[in-house]
Amino acid sequence: MAEDPRNPVTVPPGRPTLIAPGHTFGSVTDKISSIVLTRRTPLFWFVPFLIASGLLMVFLAAVAYLLVRGVGIWGIKVPVMWGWAITNFVWWIGIGHAGTLISAILLLLRQSWRNSINRFAEAMTLFAVACAGMFPLLHLGRPWLFYWFFPYPNSMNIQPQFRSPLIWDVFAVSTYATVSALFWFVGLIPDLATLRDRARNRWARATYGILAMGWRGAASHWQKYETASLLLAGLATPLVLSVHTVVSFDFTIAIVPGWHSTIFPPYFVAGAIYSGFAMVLVLAIPLRAMYGLEDLITMRHLDNMAKVMLATGEIVAYSYVFEAFIAWYSGNPFEMFAMWNRMTGPYAPTYWLLIFCNLVFPQLLWWKKIRTNIVWLFVMSLDVLLGMWLERYVIIVVSLSRDYVPSAWGYYWPTIWDVATYVGTIGLFFFLFFLFIRSMPMISIFEVRTLLPQAEVTEGVEK
Amino acid sequence: MSQIFHPSTNTFSRVSIFGGLFIIAFLVWAWAELNESTYATRAKVPVQQPVPFSHEHHVGGLGIDCRYCHTSVENSSFANIPPTKTCMNCHSQIWNRAPMLEPVRDSFRTDTSIRWIRVHDLPDYVYFNHSIHVAKGVGCTTCHGQVNRMPLMWQENSLQMSWCLDCHRHPERFVRPKSEVFSVNWQPPPNQLEMGRELVKEYKIQSLTSCSTCHR
Amino acid sequence: MKMPGKPYPHLDLAAIRARLASSRGRTYWRSLEELAESDGFQEMLEREFPRQAAEWPDDPAGRRQFLKVMGASLALAGLSACTRQPTETIMPYVRQPEAVIPGKPLFFATAVPHTAIAMGVLVESHLGRPTKVEGNPEHPASLGATDTLAQASVLDLYDPDRSQTLTYLGDIRPWSGFLGAAREALALQVPKAGAGLRFLTGATTSPTLADQFRTVLQKFPAAKWHRYEPIGRHATLTGARQAFGQPVHTYYQLANADVILSLDADFLGSGPAGVRYAADFASRRRVRGSQTAMNRLYVVESAATPTGAKADHRLPLRASDIEAFAAAVAAGVGAKGVDTSAGAAMTGGPHAKWIAALVKDLQQHPGASVVMPGIHQSPAVHVLAQAINIALGNVGKTVIHTDSLDPNPVDDFDSLHELVSDMEAGKVDMLVIVGGNPVYNAPVDFAFAQRMSKVKLRIHMGLYADETSEFCQWHIPEAHFLETWSDARGFDGTATIMQPLIMPLYFGRSVHELLAAFGDTPNQTPYEIVKGYWNRQHPGPDFEDWWRKAVHDGIVPNTALPARQVTFKGSAAAPAKATQAQGFEIVFRPDPHIFDGRFANNGWLQELPKPMTTLTWDNAAIISPRTAERLNLQNEDLVELEYRERKVRAPIWIQPGQPDDSVTVHLGFGRTRAGRVGNGVGFNAYLLRTSGAPFFDSGLEIVKLGSKFPLAMTQNQHLMEGRAIAISGNIEEYRTNPAFAKERAEEPPKELTLYPGFKYDGYAWGMAIDQTACVGCNACMIACQAENNISVVGKEQVLMRRAMHWIRVDSYYQGSLDNPEVLFQPLPCMQCENAPCELVCPVQATNHSSEGLNDMVYNRCVGTRYCSNNCPYKVRRFNFFLYADWNTPTLKMQRNPDVSVRSRGVMEKCTYCVQRINEAKIDAEKEGRSVRDGEIQTACQQVCPAQAIVFGDINDPSSRVSKLKAEKLNYSLLADLNTRPRTTYLAALRNPNPEIENS
Repeated sequence: MAEDPRNPVTVPPGRPTLIAPGHTFGSVTDKISSIVLTRRTPLFWFVPFLIASGLLMVFLAAVAYLLVRGVGIWGIKVPVMWGWAITNFVWWIGIGHAGTLISAILLLLRQSWRNSINRFAEAMTLFAVACAGMFPLLHLGRPWLFYWFFPYPNSMNIQPQFRSPLIWDVFAVSTYATVSALFWFVGLIPDLATLRDRARNRWARATYGILAMGWRGAASHWQKYETASLLLAGLATPLVLSVHTVVSFDFTIAIVPGWHSTIFPPYFVAGAIYSGFAMVLVLAIPLRAMYGLEDLITMRHLDNMAKVMLATGEIVAYSYVFEAFIAWYSGNPFEMFAMWNRMTGPYAPTYWLLIFCNLVFPQLLWWKKIRTNIVWLFVMSLDVLLGMWLERYVIIVVSLSRDYVPSAWGYYWPTIWDVATYVGTIGLFFFLFFLFIRSMPMISIFEVRTLLPQAEVTEGVEK
Repeated sequence: MSQIFHPSTNTFSRVSIFGGLFIIAFLVWAWAELNESTYATRAKVPVQQPVPFSHEHHVGGLGIDCRYCHTSVENSSFANIPPTKTCMNCHSQIWNRAPMLEPVRDSFRTDTSIRWIRVHDLPDYVYFNHSIHVAKGVGCTTCHGQVNRMPLMWQENSLQMSWCLDCHRHPERFVRPKSEVFSVNWQPPPNQLEMGRELVKEYKIQSLTSCSTCHR
Repeated sequence: MKMPGKPYPHLDLAAIRARLASSRGRTYWRSLEELAESDGFQEMLEREFPRQAAEWPDDPAGRRQFLKVMGASLALAGLSACTRQPTETIMPYVRQPEAVIPGKPLFFATAVPHTAIAMGVLVESHLGRPTKVEGNPEHPASLGATDTLAQASVLDLYDPDRSQTLTYLGDIRPWSGFLGAAREALALQVPKAGAGLRFLTGATTSPTLADQFRTVLQKFPAAKWHRYEPIGRHATLTGARQAFGQPVHTYYQLANADVILSLDADFLGSGPAGVRYAADFASRRRVRGSQTAMNRLYVVESAATPTGAKADHRLPLRASDIEAFAAAVAAGVGAKGVDTSAGAAMTGGPHAKWIAALVKDLQQHPGASVVMPGIHQSPAVHVLAQAINIALGNVGKTVIHTDSLDPNPVDDFDSLHELVSDMEAGKVDMLVIVGGNPVYNAPVDFAFAQRMSKVKLRIHMGLYADETSEFCQWHIPEAHFLETWSDARGFDGTATIMQPLIMPLYFGRSVHELLAAFGDTPNQTPYEIVKGYWNRQHPGPDFEDWWRKAVHDGIVPNTALPARQVTFKGSAAAPAKATQAQGFEIVFRPDPHIFDGRFANNGWLQELPKPMTTLTWDNAAIISPRTAERLNLQNEDLVELEYRERKVRAPIWIQPGQPDDSVTVHLGFGRTRAGRVGNGVGFNAYLLRTSGAPFFDSGLEIVKLGSKFPLAMTQNQHLMEGRAIAISGNIEEYRTNPAFAKERAEEPPKELTLYPGFKYDGYAWGMAIDQTACVGCNACMIACQAENNISVVGKEQVLMRRAMHWIRVDSYYQGSLDNPEVLFQPLPCMQCENAPCELVCPVQATNHSSEGLNDMVYNRCVGTRYCSNNCPYKVRRFNFFLYADWNTPTLKMQRNPDVSVRSRGVMEKCTYCVQRINEAKIDAEKEGRSVRDGEIQTACQQVCPAQAIVFGDINDPSSRVSKLKAEKLNYSLLADLNTRPRTTYLAALRNPNPEIENS
């Protein structure tokens, strides 16, 4: 738990509170746990869930066909050997950043407003990373040999080649996935215990019971919990920065003009957080409406997230400008051409759409009116998600399509299978996410309760 | 509130945590073992042939030189499996009634090859050349074992890449004087290492570990 | 394309051919699809190349394939987890031939008879399987090099679509059955001295065959031997007849020529002497150090060809204007006995200066110049060319006249016309067609098929059951030239005795056996026939030795035809008519690769990018940019070509350098019974070709249809964008500053690195490519394909830019759009010392060898394709699907056993033919020496007619490659990336005529 109840939450006057007035410990607990424990599943849950399941089927079909025929079913070719697959990989990984950032960094920074959004943000992270993880595997020519990426004693006396960024990826991403999963689960334990105690159905009780790992809310438990979450937060924080830095190395290490650039690491991390928060908003806005959580996820939360988006968005914008400047300043004809090709080449529309989505349109966020307008925010978030996807597409495809030797130039267009695989992972993502909000408290119960005014006076945790 | 689980479940959960670790460890170990096993490598497994040809008898007993049958071992990548004619050189005279040799006579009569089962079978993407190894003082038995003790032929070594690399990285441990290449009873002398080092110099043995040495 | 399959008619035959009828799968339906058109026997053959791989999802058999491949990949997955080899058997010889050492290939001398003119070759044979064709250094037409057709001939041999059974009205018959029928028919001919008997062959130079015909024609004096080659030497022959009154054969000695003028002759790398000409031509352009003498090539041509690309001065003219041009030159050099009035049009025209300079240049080199007319030009041009050469005193020096190579020197079209009219008149009872495919490629106005139906007994012998055999009662499968004994003459008359490399795979018969059946000695084997003939030529006790030597060397000693003095009789031809251009001009050319269509079923040739256009798997109506603008046509626009009330539909290709208002179409496509590869590829231009204008004519209309037809090009970008890729300069530039190329390439100094460089003691392999010499014939691409088991992927995949060639020949244009300067750049793997591909591979599948090779380990590759992304030269190729054919037995026989066959999902690339390097190193080691310079030749180097590619050890300062790399012209591609390529280039040099250059 982020806040020690003995130091009251200081709410500066004139600033909207993090939780609507009139709530008690009980009401908060009821509100959140009822979403999970209610008998009949609401229709507004089923509809999106079924759509997601449909898309998941598309994904499975696409993967099956891929494994049978080979990666040739995609639009990749000489010279563009990476297409949508890697674009999606970077995109999903980027989205995966928000969760850990919110839960870890904001925790260390004592940002109490995170309490009501960290839970599902973390879940989102896990599922996004899961989706991301699919692509490096599937895009292999011979996926069944993926285990050659790991160093293990073998009869060939060969090890992976540690100079290759792809090997760094393997470690970076798997570490990130593990730590985020741990962090998420540890944070869940007290709430799982709450569910266990409130569940009527004995199966539910048993399941939550096992997951709660015998949590009784004893002081010793809380003490251990505190240490654990702080430690994990400490671990996760550098990861937030490292993962996307390493991912950006996939490009910066290569000599392809448009890839070979030192500004990628910071610019990728910023972009990742940018898209991550966009995704959180895309999820939060409908959720609070569907489940009437306006009290818990208040306008102020949305406003704060919008601000983070704005900030990271500006960093990204700066990177774009600087990238172009460096290309010109370097005097390297290939670099210059690569940048000029982005702006005027056959893929120019993609580039300018990207500039609009990531650089122009989000400037509206400077206005509080926009930041506090649900509809605007939602549109804005979708726009940023699209923009960040386009950014990766431009970097990968446009740079590769015209590199050094003109005779080898060629243009990439996605096939139906590229699309199916991408849309499929979106299905997978929402499939998992809806299962999550139905079976787990999507908002951290006990952490939200600490935001209540009562928390300032009450001792310990209410039983 | 009522207890859902009996206190004993605590122990159970603790055990299961460690148990899980052990199971994973075991699986990894088993997988590694399987890859090294003679099941996978086929090493040390005598192979049934259409004709039960005994190297023990012909090499050990009669002392026939390897090159009498494996004619091209000194000048080709392939050591050659002898044509039926080679068998008949002798067996048209001796044991020319033996039912055991009927397949040989049949092959000779009908001019159809005997289908020997391949004993030393490298993957198709590995290109091994007998002649150069023999020429550089790698003895037959170094890889094939003491065929003069093999009633039925079997593969002596794993033939796995790591096994190849042992010698390619440390030829001095295995090389022998050229005069001894075809002697089946040769045993490495106690001073193998320094003798090896000298031979490596003398025979200009390079330790070739580039991929293209074997893979093309 | 797809049509529902009829039930399979000849299951009993399938049983007969069980050993062949193994693989089915997706191909089963495809073969049924053929069934709808063909008489059902080809269905016994397996699927050939996976060119339909990209189609099968919409293929009815898709599901089946799905399961099949899934099984395969699962199996793979299983294997990879725990590798256990399936059991293999070894089947040794019963009696081992002495010469054979298993694991070591043997080489046998024979000849590739292309349009009957021999190129001597040595064929590599692994345990009785011919796998690769190399040039025969002893042979004048080869000098050790070969061309695309020779390289591809191995694939023809193993083509599972070749006809495999002797048939009568579609039913299998034994050879004896045919002999019986033939004898009956002949019995009827005996009384009338064979008046009803006709033979139709292609061109031939075989002394044995000529001899056999002589005997047959003695037996049947009234019988006739007709001859037809769609792309024959018709103009050459007629021209010679007009000029000298006899069928004189002319060839050229370019090694002695300082100035060469080509009148629409594409003589570099194509044609019967193309390889030799390319060698001689290049030998006079090797600028080394202070040796800066170069020959000069002027090309006047009606289509964009590699020869034009190599020209120092190129003038695109409509085919019909070239006669006038020739006349103008003739007038200029004062040629006697020819009417040069037509030249006035030219000398008064825009090219007057050009011609004047050319004439001056020619006159300055009397006896050291050559004027070469193209075989597609009018006889008149040939007459003029002869006259010019005589006037310049070239005859006997650079221009050699001999007797005709062809024992039966008749004009193709006259001869065929005679036959057709005889058939029409019902004079023909029995027609024997040997080799040719007239139903497909005879002039359309002859209506050959329809007239042939008037013949009672029609016999066709050919490699394929093709369009013609469909109209014949008897079809006899012909033996491939690698399967039988024969003989042929080279361009200079040198005879070669062709020996078989393998027993006929499909029970084919040789033409000699067929003719023997008409003589008094049927049932003679080709061996007896050929040997018998030569024995008669060379009687005496030493014949056996003589014969052995002749066969072994691949050359029959002193059979080259002696040079002859012939007197010029002057042209009997009518003075060249001033061409009144109504409509467009249509120019018929043979396809550079599948020629007149006979190689249409050869996947290697179909997928080999054509010179200049880099078009694969199709032909197109080729027009000039200006014409395209005028007609507002784009590439791949579908148009209707209408010419003399005949129409075909063709896609447009816009080719810089094509003369305006002239449309070039390539013959040989649109086959209906070529086989599974060749059927329905491209459009059939023969449907427009008449005997009146076999090579060009005006009066073509172009109607735009408004739809598109995709064309598969291997290169879409021919401009260098101002980058120093293929560097070229003039000889003058070189004389003033020899290092101009190095300067443009900006090579960084070796020290410019933080890391200590790798030390290469021992060998360090490297390659130097002379861009001045390269004639862009693409022979290296197909030689590499044959040597390294490279797959054919099919049009759909080429459209996806997934062609697999390890070495490619890029062509770059500079200068004007209408007549650009063209540069050829062969691009194999650069084997960089600082290879960008190596450090990004996560599994060490591509590593650096101790000798500086950039090794590629197929079986370690997992297919991240990162290496390809990071390769600045883009020379890496990826198996996006399972491209290699793992089913067809005959195609397995073709494979080089020293190179792995790649599977799906792995990267592959050039490794300087590392299998050859290892072989040579091992031999050297065993002999306790080091590899000699020139001992190792890469496949691309060995095939190259112009010797543009040199490979060797750069640690050895005396090696040829080191010397070339020491040249000032030598530069590295993209040097400023500091990849330090082991493959470097000599900048391309041209030797323009200052007078034209400055005007």
